[in-house]
Amino acid sequence: MIATERVRRTPERSLNTVLRRLDSGQLLLICAAGLVALAGVAHTAAVGLDRPEIAVGFGALIAVGELARLTMPGNREVAPIGAAAALGYTLLLDLSQNPLRHSALQVVAVIAVGMLAGALPHLAVGRPPRLDAMARRLLTSALLAFAFRPLADALYELTKPPTRTWWPALVVMVTLIAITLLIDVLIAALLRAEQVRTAFRVAVRDEVNMAFPLGAAVGSSGVLLALATHSMDLVALLVFAAPLLVTQVAFRKYAGIRATYLQTVRALSRVTEVGGYVEPGHSRRVSRLAVAIGRELGMSEPELLELEYAALMHDIGQLSLRDPIPGGATVLTEPEQARRIAELGAEVIRQTGVLDRVAEVVSRQCDPISDDPPLSSRIIKVANAYDDLVGPSTDRDRGGAALERIRLSSGSAYDAHAVEALARVIDRGRV
Amino acid sequence: MRDLPWPARVYLVAVIAAAAALVVRGVIVSGAPVATDDLDILLVLALLFLVCESMPTLLNVEQFAVSVSFSASLAAVVLLGPEGAAVVGLTAVLSVRPGLPLIKRLFNGAQFAICGFVAGQVYRALHGRVGVPEVNAFDDLIGPYAAATAVFVPLNIALTLTMVKLATRVRPTEVPMRGMAQFLLSYLGYGTFGLLVAGLWATVASISAVLVLLPLFVARWAFGQYHAQQRSYDATIAALCQAVETKDYYTRGHCTRVSYASSMIAQEIGMGLERVRAIRYAGMLHDVGKLGVPTKVLQKDGPLTEEEFAAIQLHPMRGLEIVRGIGFLDEAYAGIMHHHEKHDGTGYPMGLAGDEIPEFAKVIAVADAFDSMTSDRSYRGARPVPEAVEELRKSAGTHFDPVMVAAFIRALEHEPWQPQRRADPPPPEAAGTQIKDHDDPTMPIQVVTGQ
Repeated sequence: MIATERVRRTPERSLNTVLRRLDSGQLLLICAAGLVALAGVAHTAAVGLDRPEIAVGFGALIAVGELARLTMPGNREVAPIGAAAALGYTLLLDLSQNPLRHSALQVVAVIAVGMLAGALPHLAVGRPPRLDAMARRLLTSALLAFAFRPLADALYELTKPPTRTWWPALVVMVTLIAITLLIDVLIAALLRAEQVRTAFRVAVRDEVNMAFPLGAAVGSSGVLLALATHSMDLVALLVFAAPLLVTQVAFRKYAGIRATYLQTVRALSRVTEVGGYVEPGHSRRVSRLAVAIGRELGMSEPELLELEYAALMHDIGQLSLRDPIPGGATVLTEPEQARRIAELGAEVIRQTGVLDRVAEVVSRQCDPISDDPPLSSRIIKVANAYDDLVGPSTDRDRGGAALERIRLSSGSAYDAHAVEALARVIDRGRV
Repeated sequence: MRDLPWPARVYLVAVIAAAAALVVRGVIVSGAPVATDDLDILLVLALLFLVCESMPTLLNVEQFAVSVSFSASLAAVVLLGPEGAAVVGLTAVLSVRPGLPLIKRLFNGAQFAICGFVAGQVYRALHGRVGVPEVNAFDDLIGPYAAATAVFVPLNIALTLTMVKLATRVRPTEVPMRGMAQFLLSYLGYGTFGLLVAGLWATVASISAVLVLLPLFVARWAFGQYHAQQRSYDATIAALCQAVETKDYYTRGHCTRVSYASSMIAQEIGMGLERVRAIRYAGMLHDVGKLGVPTKVLQKDGPLTEEEFAAIQLHPMRGLEIVRGIGFLDEAYAGIMHHHEKHDGTGYPMGLAGDEIPEFAKVIAVADAFDSMTSDRSYRGARPVPEAVEELRKSAGTHFDPVMVAAFIRALEHEPWQPQRRADPPPPEAAGTQIKDHDDPTMPIQVVTGQ
């Protein structure tokens, strides 16, 4: 038995396929962003740039930030440096005590052009940007610009004698940033809920967890930049980037190891297939199915990650068997044997010293419902049973028959909710 | 204190005395080290310093725990002058970093005080104006501030390294030049935070500190997450590789030891940090494909048929098939696929020879054979290290690349081979299994040719 070679997908995707993968919400977002950008550029072209050297300086920083964009876990594209520079340009009150009066539309134009310039090198080497992520970044910046720019003049007057206070400006900045971040999170959650078919409430929680640290860093850097230009001239652009650069490096490393981790567990889950213990592709199919069921049942992203790890490694215990079970189908082996395999697998995972919850899930994957196993274990049991019966086949009849068979033991051997979620996932025909 | 050697004790007392003298002198000359109007600034900076000092960040260079506290010291140089900077530095004594004994905190406080004072003097000597800078005076600040940073950082490193050297009496670990340069650069980079805090003080006072520190704390958090994930990743990959070996008692731990020996060789031939990391993983994963070889072939008593031998020869390819989905490994793929090639071209799976064999594969081949020879096998006990080394030397040029063998022997000289062994005896069913070991160069696999 030789597993089929997986052909590596080439990074180039034609524009067509990129567009086809977008759903309606994303399309709407992109169109809106396009219109706003167009309005900004057209307006600016008509009336001319106010203080072009500042616009160019910030535009360049936005472009650099866009160039250094990174992908966070969950395939979320972010560009912290670009976002902070955009914030800074939006919040700018003065440069070395000369008040600045650029309009919101000019802000939008500078951001749009900067982002485009930063995306071009990526495009040249065949890495198209995530259009929806870019559109979101542009739209939220534009939102803040339309809210803040009209107030800029009044706020700046307050910082001059006789009042000489920066507090109103600071409070307005921080409040508006917080509101924009919130809107950004809601849009992201809306898109995500539609994209991966999860509950909106769960998506919001996931997005908040993900966006909060980076949002705080970007927000404070943006304010810092706007304030720094008061005394520092455009040098501020260079000096301010330092704290954010450290943050960016940290997040890049974090995102990198997270991606590698998942890749590695996915890859090594195949050792059971190569060893002939399970059917080729079994672990991957079970993990995909399990994650889809977990989403259907409203699990949050960290829980889903644990579920995916557990599902990928649910058969790892078979490696301790001297000889593979014929066919590898654990649903057909006697319960004692299956439970022993589960325990052996959990033992392997416990060895890591860090994945204790995953080990718990794997160890209890065969428990009957009366023993009250964790939700993830119940899901894996259902997904595993389904894949044992259906395998790589996409035949709907076969799937329906397998589902019927599982339903018969629903409530005793299988969790009823998980079985119903499985039915919904299969009904959609897309895992 | 008592377990410190006497030069270290003398040095410690000298540093503390010098710091005390500086502060006392400040009090005598000007009445108080800081004017009463500036007490609020002092309080904020000291707090800032203390917060940073209590939470050191592991930044990009692994060997050092850097805390960005010194940027508060440098801000004090501008806002308060040398005496103020010394007082801010002294607060390191109050650090609540866990596991830091009083004696270390005393030393830290003293050396930070000295550094702050000296940097302050440099700043003043270059006509840097002490006090909250005017909003339009920022440009005049940069030159003296840069000089103060350039003095503070090396002085701080020198004082600390001297202490480490005296206290531990080992030659200072050789920090690679590149690492050191990167470290200095990032240190100087963090110096700009102090400049930001000082420069923005006129506008928003202490809020500037919060604005500067927030991204840093987020970065610290992310680095923490990164390190936790990295550790977890290493543990997971090791556990999964061990799972592959559980079936055979005698090869347990093989992957971890090959990984370790490979990294010894890699370091000896001067590979960069990233490549050493990659070869560690490659060594760990080199035999995962062995699972694709049926147990009955691995445990067959007597010569193998050609088909069975072909199954064994396929295991590096199987390994590659498994790990190909792991993006970052890149060069490690070649190491895994070709680790059974021989220098004279008689190996498998491709029969590459000499320089055709990828460097990673040459390294892993030596480490692999060495561990096999120095481990117990069902058909023989573990060989002593010198005997295995002799065997490697004999096969250098035919089986192994002589450069790698020489490098490994050098590495063994300054770091003797003491791998962790499992204490548990072989289980009863292990006796008599695994008649041959495909990694053992002294026991070539017998193949029956023809039918």
